[in-house]
Amino acid sequence: MIRLQGITKVYPMGNRELEVLRGVNLKIKKGELVAIMGPSGSGKTTLLNLIGCLDKPTSGSYYLEGREVSQLSSGELAQVRGQKIGFVFQTFNLLPRLSALANVELGLRYAGGGDRSQALEALAKVGLSERANHRPTELSGGEQQRVAIARALVKNPPLILADEPTGNLDSRSGEEVISILTSLHAEQGITLILITHDANIAHHCQRIINIKDGQVVSEKKV
Amino acid sequence: MKRWFEPLATAWGGVVTHKLRSILTMLGIVIGVGAVITLMSVGRGAQAQILTNIQSMGSNLISIRSGAFTFGGVRGAATNTLTMEDAEAISKQVPYISAVASSYSSNLQLVVGGKNTNAQVSGVTSEYMSINNMNLASGALFSEQDYQRGAKVAILGSEVKETLFGNANPIGQQMRMGTIIVHVIGVFQSKGAMFGSPDDAIFIPLAAMQQAVSQPRTAQGGRVVSSISLTVSDQEHADYVKKEITSLLRTRHRLSAGADDDFRIMSMEEIASTLSEAMGTMTLLLGAIAAISLLVGGIGVMNIMLVSVLERTREIGIRKALGARERDIWIQFLIEAAFLTFAGGIIGVIAGWGVSYLISKMGIISTLVTADIVVLAVSVSIGIGLFFGFYPAWNASRLNPIEALRAE
Repeated sequence: MIRLQGITKVYPMGNRELEVLRGVNLKIKKGELVAIMGPSGSGKTTLLNLIGCLDKPTSGSYYLEGREVSQLSSGELAQVRGQKIGFVFQTFNLLPRLSALANVELGLRYAGGGDRSQALEALAKVGLSERANHRPTELSGGEQQRVAIARALVKNPPLILADEPTGNLDSRSGEEVISILTSLHAEQGITLILITHDANIAHHCQRIINIKDGQVVSEKKV
Repeated sequence: MKRWFEPLATAWGGVVTHKLRSILTMLGIVIGVGAVITLMSVGRGAQAQILTNIQSMGSNLISIRSGAFTFGGVRGAATNTLTMEDAEAISKQVPYISAVASSYSSNLQLVVGGKNTNAQVSGVTSEYMSINNMNLASGALFSEQDYQRGAKVAILGSEVKETLFGNANPIGQQMRMGTIIVHVIGVFQSKGAMFGSPDDAIFIPLAAMQQAVSQPRTAQGGRVVSSISLTVSDQEHADYVKKEITSLLRTRHRLSAGADDDFRIMSMEEIASTLSEAMGTMTLLLGAIAAISLLVGGIGVMNIMLVSVLERTREIGIRKALGARERDIWIQFLIEAAFLTFAGGIIGVIAGWGVSYLISKMGIISTLVTADIVVLAVSVSIGIGLFFGFYPAWNASRLNPIEALRAE
């Protein structure tokens, strides 16, 4: 599903250059549930952004479902994001003026369309059917994150990326969110990659990848 | 369908979220479009009014005045060159003319009741009234005898009547005019306000005028008149008649081949087209002045759109993460800007129309809103939205998704 070869990412920092990723090699199989762990500044978010086609690597190649995507134009990358990848962010990133349902529908809009019933179905999967017409400000943090998950999965993407999905939640809502994500993975065979600091959450995954200083330092099967 | 509906709905959402801001932004366009509509309708109204006034003078009318066309230049030619004898010669020798009249005008002192005032007095010959389409509001015209004997009777233009008598009935009243005393026997209908309007003059038979003031004579002994007016029997022959009159008068005035005419011939048709052209230019000028406020409104739209893009950086990042292409973001903001200006344009048309209706209704000046003005104003307002929305929308579309997502 995902194959990274010698991926580097360098950001210009004034006169110097900041090397965030230094040759990452990684394979993730279809339907895998993977946790990426590592200290802050280790480059794990940058890695996730590259996997999510939000950014391009400075060098190296990235095959997504067999297609080399590291050199695509920004418009082509947008299309890949729209059709293949669902994002779940630490800060939820819902549009505050839209209802939960409209936020989920937004996930369909740039993925080539779909209708309202699909959005309602996705909300039902995260247990928020009754909250469809509430705005994000009227929902709890856990509920907001569940709306965000519904938005990510509504277009049935093969890949969902979650960057510290429980980072802004209390432990009970966090567990809820993780159990929704893992059950989605189990039921629908979605490939799921999540970044976390929490070792308990990482142990729900099949494989844990440790990153330090822009390199994969260890991998272990759970 | 959905492809167009969704960006529109999104744009609408953006507009509604910041109601006050949207309304204020729109207001700039409303005022701009409203001003264009109002001022241009005033211009068009004035244009239409003048054409109607000129037509009321009679479109077959040709008038001849002394003096050459000079604008500011010093010229040696005598100013009093037309004579009653010229008028008679034209009447006898030029074909296709149905009537000829001459008039001699002078500014005279009047005494009415206890009041002392000045007015333009025109002594006219018998065909003058019919040639110039003069219609009575009340009273009677001069009789043939009045003209022949130089009866001391007067007919007032509507403005003069208003100034001298107010609402009182002037008929039968006396007034002193230079050395003579005349009786008012009639009042003319208004011809409409314009420069040199007959509304501002008092008419008496030319023979009576000759008793009130001494009519000057030319070196050849001709009795000087201020103007000769005539009607052509058929509009088609107007040019031929003008040519004939020109050569006749040049011969009579003994002008050498190279010399300029010492008289001016104007047909009402020419005057109408000249004035119409001038008014068209004025209308455009008024529109252009109003368009400046539209431009300012457009800059306001650009300003707000830039702020809006900045505020919604995170939203743009989210949309991009969900798969929005640059084009999608660009179109979204462009439509939002065009929506603001289009709505502003529509409201502006309604407001401008209302104001110009009020101006007409209150009798300040007659206005005319024409379809082309409305179409122009609305399409210009959409154009302004697209033009001034272009840069902010382009800015938005070029945002880096990762940085946009990090924005507060």
